[in-house]
Amino acid sequence: MSDMSFVRTEMLPEKEPPANSVGVIGWARANLFDGVVNSALTLLSLAFIYYVLSGLLPWVFQSVWNASSLTECREIMEATWASTHGHACWAVINDRWLQLLYGFYPPYPATPDVVFGATEGALPAYFRPNLAFVLLLLAIAPVLFTKVPRQLLIVTAAYPFLMPWLMWGGSIWGPLMAAAGFGIGYLAYRILAPIAGELVAIIAAIAVPVIWWLFLAGSVAAGLESVISISIPEVESRKFGGFMLSILIGVVAIGASLPIGIFLALGRQSDLMILKALCVGFIEFIRGVPLITLLFVASVLLNIFLPPGTEFDIILRVLIMVTLFAAAYMAEVIRGGLAALPKGQYEGADSLGLNYWQAQRLIIMPQALKISIPGIVSTFIGIFKDTTLVSIIGLLDPLGLSNAIRADSAWNGIYWELFAFIAFLFFIFCFGMSRYSMYLERKLHTGHK
Amino acid sequence: MKKSVVFGALTVAGLAAGAAAAGTLDDVKARGKLNCGVTTGLVGFAAPDANGEWKGFDVGVCRAVAGAVLGDPTAVEFVPTTGKTRFTALASGEIDMLARNTTWTFSRDVDLKFTFVGVNYYDGQGFMVPKELGVSSAKELDGATVCIQTGTTTELNLADFFRSNNISYEPVPIETNAEAQQQYLAGACDVYTTDASGLAATRATFEDPSAHVLLPEIISKEPLGPLVRHGDDNWGDVVRWSLNALITAEELGVTSANIAEMAAGTNNPEVNRLLGTEGTLGEMLGLDAAWAKNAIMAGGNYGELFESNIGEATPIGLARGLNAQWTDGGLIYSPPFR
Repeated sequence: MSDMSFVRTEMLPEKEPPANSVGVIGWARANLFDGVVNSALTLLSLAFIYYVLSGLLPWVFQSVWNASSLTECREIMEATWASTHGHACWAVINDRWLQLLYGFYPPYPATPDVVFGATEGALPAYFRPNLAFVLLLLAIAPVLFTKVPRQLLIVTAAYPFLMPWLMWGGSIWGPLMAAAGFGIGYLAYRILAPIAGELVAIIAAIAVPVIWWLFLAGSVAAGLESVISISIPEVESRKFGGFMLSILIGVVAIGASLPIGIFLALGRQSDLMILKALCVGFIEFIRGVPLITLLFVASVLLNIFLPPGTEFDIILRVLIMVTLFAAAYMAEVIRGGLAALPKGQYEGADSLGLNYWQAQRLIIMPQALKISIPGIVSTFIGIFKDTTLVSIIGLLDPLGLSNAIRADSAWNGIYWELFAFIAFLFFIFCFGMSRYSMYLERKLHTGHK
Repeated sequence: MKKSVVFGALTVAGLAAGAAAAGTLDDVKARGKLNCGVTTGLVGFAAPDANGEWKGFDVGVCRAVAGAVLGDPTAVEFVPTTGKTRFTALASGEIDMLARNTTWTFSRDVDLKFTFVGVNYYDGQGFMVPKELGVSSAKELDGATVCIQTGTTTELNLADFFRSNNISYEPVPIETNAEAQQQYLAGACDVYTTDASGLAATRATFEDPSAHVLLPEIISKEPLGPLVRHGDDNWGDVVRWSLNALITAEELGVTSANIAEMAAGTNNPEVNRLLGTEGTLGEMLGLDAAWAKNAIMAGGNYGELFESNIGEATPIGLARGLNAQWTDGGLIYSPPFR
């Protein structure tokens, strides 16, 4: 018989953890004051944050919102705080925020005889760019989120034709006829494929729409316009500016560069020699040239090569150049994704009897694109920020406008407020894109845990 | 849509190539709009206001030409150009004329093949220093740090001036005027040098303008004026004489206030010829008889344009100086209207 008296017969109740290891104090001890070095760094960081905020917050919030010039701003600051230092003059934003957002886009292009700066109209101010923006959100929603109803994809398909019409105006028939080209191409394929074989059908599906766009679409659109006139007032490209311009260039470049980039990346990996050489040449050429050079080509060189008096829209030229630039980078990002796939994936697709496009669509691309997401989104963000470079060729994007606003004698000498406002708007967009990419990575991170 | 725009543009290009053979004057009339190149923003000379309407001294010249040619000073499409794109925009025909505070130099006139039609502002490079430095002449600036815009003629002028006076300086290269203001105010340089009009405009934005002085030396000649392409003399004449009409109007006392009255006919034959009640000057240019009247009504005569945009009543506060009429000791001089 053994003595068991030192053994407890019942469990002790659980005790609370020590007060200094739970709650706020515990968290702070574990994370902020864990050792001498850590504590010193924490204190230093706190001092730095205090230093920055103590300067920044009064500047942002003890500020002047209503004034008609920088001088008046300074007078108000002098009267209120007895000093002009450390106070922002947001009055310039208050005065010019519409210009920073929309450039010189006429506020009421809905009414035919629009008076610039009119304060009354049948439709809300700037409804055309605003509607285009709302439609953009609707159009990308089904692409970005799987839970959104699939019917919205109709908006996505219509958007590339609807957006230019809303922004530039003119007859509805132009965009409709341009869209009809795709329908004609599809029809040509369906009709010819059973009769003349696959290859002829594919060639016809490309050639017929091109002929349609080149020679017929314009006159058909004009004919239809003269029969049933549906048009809204035209807005010239010179009126575009501000964030509207940045978003326009960014969205077109982002939207068009992804598909082009995918094809370029596939072309670069292709076994067809000429196709491969073309893709490699294009990618390496565009990546070897700075974007500013391409923009100068768009604004300056094309002007010299095209016949004098040519009206080849400057924004269109810029859109094409930025898109090509983005596509070359996109191609390399996607090629990285393709290279990261094990060879077994390609062989597996082959062994299932899939043809090239089926294999790409079902096996290769879903994986390659998933791997490339961070790179793709970085490229998107980079391109969106690069749109500010157009100010160098005289387009009035937000940065170009900030210079133009400073050239008004009322606001000459104002810097930080304008740049802060522009930075704030860019941050919203770029941060949004970055968060979405993280969400997407989490959602797709299924296979390799 | 994009493709159709491209092809549409190419088609238009083909048509326009045929039409471009006609003179610029006919092009402008056919288009109903003058494409005028201006700066993307320079205080007093060209800037859009809160409604997106362009205002300024150079803009006034564009509007006067539009008034003369089309009878409507608002029929102008302002094309903002940067220092790098301005000349190609003009050479390629994207703009009909350039009024962008551009210095008339030999090489621009001869080598780049442009025609400067006159001078609307005589500028020159000057120096600004803080008053507390106690400097009264640029020759006392030995060893000073100088804020200077890179890649401009001002950089070369500065080097020449200091070398010929046997004094040294340390350049602080900056890219834009905006950066220069910040650097100068932050004390990164003792001296800021650029065109005198720009210095005056910059000083006007300081919290305490009186703490800074402009030194008396002007070390370069910068005659700024509108220009057109070589080879279309008829159009060059239109722009030249539109500018001259503004200058002559000031000399003859024709203002936007009294022009309606004077256009009814006066005892002064030159005024009558200018305003088209006598003679056929407009017809010779290929314009209607009231061309000069419309040009002057666009924004007033030369003096009025000067006073309302950059003159002493404005925040920029430039004195007429060299830009006074020749009768007042300045250089502004128009050949006679006869």
